[in-house]
Amino acid sequence: MLIALLSLIPLGYVVYMTVTTGWDTAVSLIVRPRVGELLLNTVLLVVLTVPLCLVLGVGGAWLVERTTLAGHRFWAVALAAPLAIPAFVNSYAWVSAVPSLEGIGSGVLISTLSYFPLVYIPAAAALSRLDPALEHSAASLGLGPWASFFRVVLPQLRVALTGGALLVSLHLLAEYGAFAMIRFDTFTTAIMIQFQSTFNGTAGNMLASVLVFLCLLLLLAEVRGRGSARYSRVGSGSQGIALRLPLGRYQLPAQLSLLALVLLAFGLPLALVLRWAVQGGAAVWTADEFVPALLQTLFYGVVGAAVTTVVAFPLAYLAVRNPTWFSKALELCNYVTSSLPGIVVGLAFVTVTIRLAPAVYQTTGVLIAAYVLLFLPRALVSLRSGLVQAPKELEEAAQALGTSPFLAFLRVTLRLTAPAAAGGAALVFLAIVNELTATLLLSPNGTHTLATEFWSKSSEIDYAGAAPYALLMIVLSAPMTYLLFHQSKKAAGQ
Amino acid sequence: MKLRKNALAGIALAATAALGLAACGSGSSAPAAGGSGGSKISGEITVYNAQHESLTKEWVDAFTQETGVKVTVRQGDDSEMSNQIVQEGAASPADVFLTENSPAMAQVENAGLFADVDKATVDQVPAAYRPSTNKWTGIAARSTVLVYDKKKISEDKLPKSMLDLAKPEWKGKWAASPSGADFQAIVAALLELKGEAATIEWLKGMKENFKAYKGNSTAMKAVNAGEVDAALIYHYYYYGDQAKTGENSKNVTPYFFKHQDPGAFLSVSGGGVLKSAKNPAAAQAFLKFITGKKGQEVLKNGTSFEYAIASNVEANPKLVPIKDLQAPTVDPAKLNSAKVTELMTQAGLL
Repeated sequence: MLIALLSLIPLGYVVYMTVTTGWDTAVSLIVRPRVGELLLNTVLLVVLTVPLCLVLGVGGAWLVERTTLAGHRFWAVALAAPLAIPAFVNSYAWVSAVPSLEGIGSGVLISTLSYFPLVYIPAAAALSRLDPALEHSAASLGLGPWASFFRVVLPQLRVALTGGALLVSLHLLAEYGAFAMIRFDTFTTAIMIQFQSTFNGTAGNMLASVLVFLCLLLLLAEVRGRGSARYSRVGSGSQGIALRLPLGRYQLPAQLSLLALVLLAFGLPLALVLRWAVQGGAAVWTADEFVPALLQTLFYGVVGAAVTTVVAFPLAYLAVRNPTWFSKALELCNYVTSSLPGIVVGLAFVTVTIRLAPAVYQTTGVLIAAYVLLFLPRALVSLRSGLVQAPKELEEAAQALGTSPFLAFLRVTLRLTAPAAAGGAALVFLAIVNELTATLLLSPNGTHTLATEFWSKSSEIDYAGAAPYALLMIVLSAPMTYLLFHQSKKAAGQ
Repeated sequence: MKLRKNALAGIALAATAALGLAACGSGSSAPAAGGSGGSKISGEITVYNAQHESLTKEWVDAFTQETGVKVTVRQGDDSEMSNQIVQEGAASPADVFLTENSPAMAQVENAGLFADVDKATVDQVPAAYRPSTNKWTGIAARSTVLVYDKKKISEDKLPKSMLDLAKPEWKGKWAASPSGADFQAIVAALLELKGEAATIEWLKGMKENFKAYKGNSTAMKAVNAGEVDAALIYHYYYYGDQAKTGENSKNVTPYFFKHQDPGAFLSVSGGGVLKSAKNPAAAQAFLKFITGKKGQEVLKNGTSFEYAIASNVEANPKLVPIKDLQAPTVDPAKLNSAKVTELMTQAGLL
């Protein structure tokens, strides 16, 4: 309950600010040419990037899972790998290679390369699970492979695709660093600029309210897009193994295009980060600067992940074991908040703590609380799938055998959900390590995380100095990305 | 919550009173700060820093080494930090506030949040580089400059005044970083020198003509790479890059407007001690250190290439001497940052 209330702070804050600003001022700040420019940029970005991510993500997943692609085990992991490179590191690498990158084209390029794995991972998981019986029926009815793909396979991926598309769009709305570096203005970059010129001024808040509106619109679109049809197998017997479509003479083009994609999205940024790191030499590895940044990042990552998982547990437990309108409302609140960009959550916390709770203002606790709100769903999703697999009956059996309810819960349910909890925690950890905007706004005095240090160095175009931080972020992210990939396969395979 | 607020206000009041008493005590109690007498100060201070992180780090390291005072730095932009201090009011964790330019200092001064600067510090800084109120002081200076590509603009085609950049013939030809405090200080000077009508007209012309970059160094890099012909920035980005590899400025030439033009504006970086400082003695000592010989020599000999202005330390010899810049006279206390962001928002630049 408390968490749900807490999670409504950012949304309530935006509404409150819009109302107290007064209608006339609000209108004059929202209805102006600059907002039109930002709206056009932001909408174009979403409209262009999301379909590209869908094509690349589904195409890649299909090649890997359903064709005789040589080395498909390797490609399966390679296509998920770009997720280990934070978008703003990707942008930094590209901009240092091609300094003239700017505007919408570059924005689409960089965000597509950074975010297509968000579609690829769920699509691959769903494809590997699809019952081939439907496709066999389609084939027996005379449908060719292409027609069968579009009319049978693709509709079954609907949930994975709308979910992936929503994730990509929310990332696009929230991204700051990557777009600031290539001089592409969206609502989030403009809010940050307003914040830097006025710290919590009215104009920034009004931009935030438009951004929140866009986020809610996307959430609604996803619910509509997902539909309510059932996709699970209902027949008896066990599921067949999908046949892999022979690629034949398409083998080489397929290999080449995947190679190009992975090189652009993963190879190039990694190579450039390494190049800058080598060019900077030993001098940029100044231990007195980057060791504290590494330790603070680890601290926030570990504590944030632990707190988020602990907070998520009762919510997931309620939702799975005791689904009522109340538990559903709780969950909804959290999803809405986590769809808000870090900058809006950050602004809200700055205002609320400075006015109502100055004692906690600029403390570690507030930053952790913001992380919890922003990343709670990542832990929730993972925990839910774990809880579903830990049947209530086992706990009841333990109680029947004389174990106290508390111990039964501890020994049975908690133990069974531990792997899922670990997976969720890893996801949250990954998100915190790469978080920039909320950290910039809320961090206690003297905080230096890898992300903020990287940002301050790369803003001064000290590319060599920034490289070690980028490298460390990638190194920390890589195992988490692998875990995420692995986990999604397992979740789909149940 | 209310109780807590009152308690905080009480503490702040007590602190202010104590400060007042100390000030009444005698003007000569201050010299204990910094310098040779560093024995009286100790503990730690928090600096809200909008100056370049690397420059402040040099100051902080030297100061900590000399006095043992631990310094925690919060990094941000000029107006972000000034607005933050104003909102935090007496509860601000900051002891010292350092900026790149003066409008943000004026804002905190107008909110009545600065303590008087110690006389010993004031005496180190020439009157031209500090406000007459002595609520804060200049710590360094930076000159406006147009960096350009000689291959694209011949010398006779250079603008006579910064105001010319709003004319149609400059469309698409120049760059700036409007989101930065540096640029906003230039606009503040323009506002003070030419008035609101001329300023908004210039800003609207600018919106038509210029290309926006994030940060002065990025704007200069764009000139160097041939993406744009010229950029309106501060001088030391050029000299700093020249002193390193020259990688981002080898095709770039600096042009100073001179003749008291708004484009010849010399912006004063500020430093002040907050009334609510928890360790005012160490905070004052830090300010005295920065404006003292050692602090200013960091500017002369270091890699920041900002102008040294105090304690008779000369500017870095690689720079154009400060007296040759023919900067217009602007009282740094009069620069109005809130009005500037308002006008820039109105012109669609923010």
